[in-house]
Amino acid sequence: MEKLKASMKHVNIPRLIIILFFLLILLLAYINGIDVNSYIGSILKYWGMWGILVLAMVPSIKCGIGPNFGISLGIVCGLLGSLLAVEFGITAWGDAIMPGFGPWAAIFFAMALSAVFAWVVGVLYGKILNCVKGSEMTVTTYIGYSFIYLMCIVWFRAPFQSGEIKWPIGADGVRNAVSMDTSFGEVLNDFMGFYIGGEKGIYVPTGLVLFFLLCCLVVYIYFRSKSGLAITAAGSNPNFARANGINVDKMRIKGIAISTVLGAIGIVVYTQGFGILQAYTAPLTMGFQCVAAVLIGGATTGKAKISHVILGTFIFQGLLILTPPVSNKMLAGTDISDTMRQIIQNGVILYALTKAKGGSSNEE
Amino acid sequence: MKNNAETKISFGSYVKNALFNNKVIILFIVLCVACIMTANTSMSYIASEVFSRFGRNACLVLALIIPCLAGLGMNFGIVVGAIAAQIAIFFVVHWGFTGIGGFLLCTLLSTPMALLFGWLLGILYNKTKGSEMVTGLILGFFADGVYRLFTLYIIGGVIPYDDPNLLDRGFGLRNAFDLSDSIKYSLDDISFVTVFRILMIFIIVLQLVSLVMGVKKTAEARRESLIKLVSSAVGLVLSFVLMAVPGVASMIGGTRIILSDTLRIAMIVYVISVLVKKFVFRKDVKGEDMIKAVVIAALVIGLSYVPAIRNILRSISISACTYAVICLFCFFNNWILDTKLGQDMRTVGQNRIVAGSAGINVDRIRIIATCISTVLAAWGQMIYLQNLGTFNTVQQQSNVGLYAVAAILVGGASVQKANNKQAIIGVVLFHTLFVVAPLAATQIIGDSAISEYIRMFICYGVIAVSLAMHAWKKKDVAVKGAQAPISNVEAGEL
Repeated sequence: MEKLKASMKHVNIPRLIIILFFLLILLLAYINGIDVNSYIGSILKYWGMWGILVLAMVPSIKCGIGPNFGISLGIVCGLLGSLLAVEFGITAWGDAIMPGFGPWAAIFFAMALSAVFAWVVGVLYGKILNCVKGSEMTVTTYIGYSFIYLMCIVWFRAPFQSGEIKWPIGADGVRNAVSMDTSFGEVLNDFMGFYIGGEKGIYVPTGLVLFFLLCCLVVYIYFRSKSGLAITAAGSNPNFARANGINVDKMRIKGIAISTVLGAIGIVVYTQGFGILQAYTAPLTMGFQCVAAVLIGGATTGKAKISHVILGTFIFQGLLILTPPVSNKMLAGTDISDTMRQIIQNGVILYALTKAKGGSSNEE
Repeated sequence: MKNNAETKISFGSYVKNALFNNKVIILFIVLCVACIMTANTSMSYIASEVFSRFGRNACLVLALIIPCLAGLGMNFGIVVGAIAAQIAIFFVVHWGFTGIGGFLLCTLLSTPMALLFGWLLGILYNKTKGSEMVTGLILGFFADGVYRLFTLYIIGGVIPYDDPNLLDRGFGLRNAFDLSDSIKYSLDDISFVTVFRILMIFIIVLQLVSLVMGVKKTAEARRESLIKLVSSAVGLVLSFVLMAVPGVASMIGGTRIILSDTLRIAMIVYVISVLVKKFVFRKDVKGEDMIKAVVIAALVIGLSYVPAIRNILRSISISACTYAVICLFCFFNNWILDTKLGQDMRTVGQNRIVAGSAGINVDRIRIIATCISTVLAAWGQMIYLQNLGTFNTVQQQSNVGLYAVAAILVGGASVQKANNKQAIIGVVLFHTLFVVAPLAATQIIGDSAISEYIRMFICYGVIAVSLAMHAWKKKDVAVKGAQAPISNVEAGEL
């Protein structure tokens, strides 16, 4: 009995429930005669789109800060980079050099530029977080929120000149939804994209998935390197790391900066997949969704692996995409998926918090 | 001379201390004044807007104080209390109860629900000690989801709720919930004179009971009790007599009472109470206190006749009962903190380990504090909604915690310390800023659409800055101590 209890402690119950729930929904979809193939295509697409954003959680968890609820800082940097790529007309420049190269030039320009912004923001952010050790999660959430609203004010008056970005009627400022069609929209999705089983089969966005997996590989290799191992050490046992001459505070800053950069690149990839750039309050809930995804994959507030990202994103996005058609069929035209997302996402985070053994452990 | 210099220095440091201790309030007062000056709008508009918002929001903010002192930080989880209130309202509206009866039934229904939710919330907080605030925040979102499931799918879907006025498609409540035919203004519309009579009757009953039961032992105490009894009875009779006078009847008998009248009445009552304390109860009141009371009263009454101020004061009408309830909440907070339970709460709030070794059941105290907060929040939300009259079925509760926490922090509260005064000042300042900041922004930038962003930025910015400052201070303390702080994550790893 004791043994059973001990082993139960290691089982992540919500994760188990969610995986079973996903399989149930999949089964229900087949039973109800829903064309699962087309949905699997979009699951793959959203998997790639969200993947890098979720991947951004890994460095911040590894460096000891916990899930980065403030990923919105990186997201905002990425949006700024993308908008500047559109504003400067990088696509046209690229096309002038070599036809067909334009979108690629634009997306890589956006990524590089936003990575630079994100690194600067991330380092400053890390410095703040070093001052608030122990309550990172609360502080990151609110810093992220207030930054998004600050940027809303900026977006509203930003002096962009491009016709793609400006409001159609005269005034300055960014539109609610900026179309990416003329810049780098879907450039990764369509790279080597193919159908399995004819035109009506599963569309595989090869470029997107490859880029996501490439990013995972880069992060994986980085955390095997000396610098990466130092970050992990600083996160998992600061006192031990300090004894070995590692500057823990510096490692935490590095970890959160990498996380912010990944967030920025992640939103560029997300935007190209979505085809539309949403600037204003759209990033508000993204942070929670990323945290939930990595937790569903099996991470805790203290430990995360690349496999957690890959698995968690797939299951979470799979659930979100398959639920609407199933609930539509079974509950006569209702879409319960957003409510369900809210419950699952926050339930998973709550469960992880109860397992984090916060301040309570220094009482025993 | 030397002596004089010393007092001067201490006075200087006193001012410095006062400025430093109230830095948040001062910052926000400066911000408010700057915004008011740029907003270019009439003072009476701002004042009436702030007063109506104050009446709506104060109770919700007061609900935050007890968990804060019990060491739970800012209780973002008051969202669940708001949810309890809204669920109660659905049923009361469905059953067709109206007016104050409907409101009381709401209270009756929502209280057990809020207790249940508060108990569950308390258990959750006990499992996440040290990160209660982020837990409360996420729990708010989670509860939002469950509540949405309840309102949109379960009501009418699973629970029979056959009301074509409220259901759009056979199940699921409609988006906007209109209370104008049921409990709108049910509390606000109770007149001043009614509140006064209820208070008098309450005192009479209380004193009668204490006299009959023989609670008061000394002759002195019995005499005091008797005086209270008689004066309350006189007050009660007086209220009936005064209502016969036409001018006074319109002043205190209506549903709202004008602020200038309220101020004058309050000042007169203040002076009388000081005099009564001195001469009837023979309490030890210093002469200077009496002079102070008279001077303040004279000043306030005098100022209320200055034309500029008079116009503002006359344009504002407040509802007696709502403000009485706000006072009641304040009294309740003070009262409970004076009891044994309240002392235990403070102890737990200061140091859980010490409290535990002193034999206090820490977990139980924390659960009780959460329950109280949740119930107060439920009542606060009902007061809010009966004033507003219409609400968004699905989303009304989601920002409750956010606005309340931002308000109390603006008032100078910290994550560990809060009191009624800070809550009241905070509500006034925060809502002044809420009203004038968008107007000022419109003046400067020339576009009103930006106002919502500015409001939200203020809210989140206030919370982020004060939480960061708090954590910073805590870290300083921890570093000064012998042991290095154990962060959440490290503790999980060990």
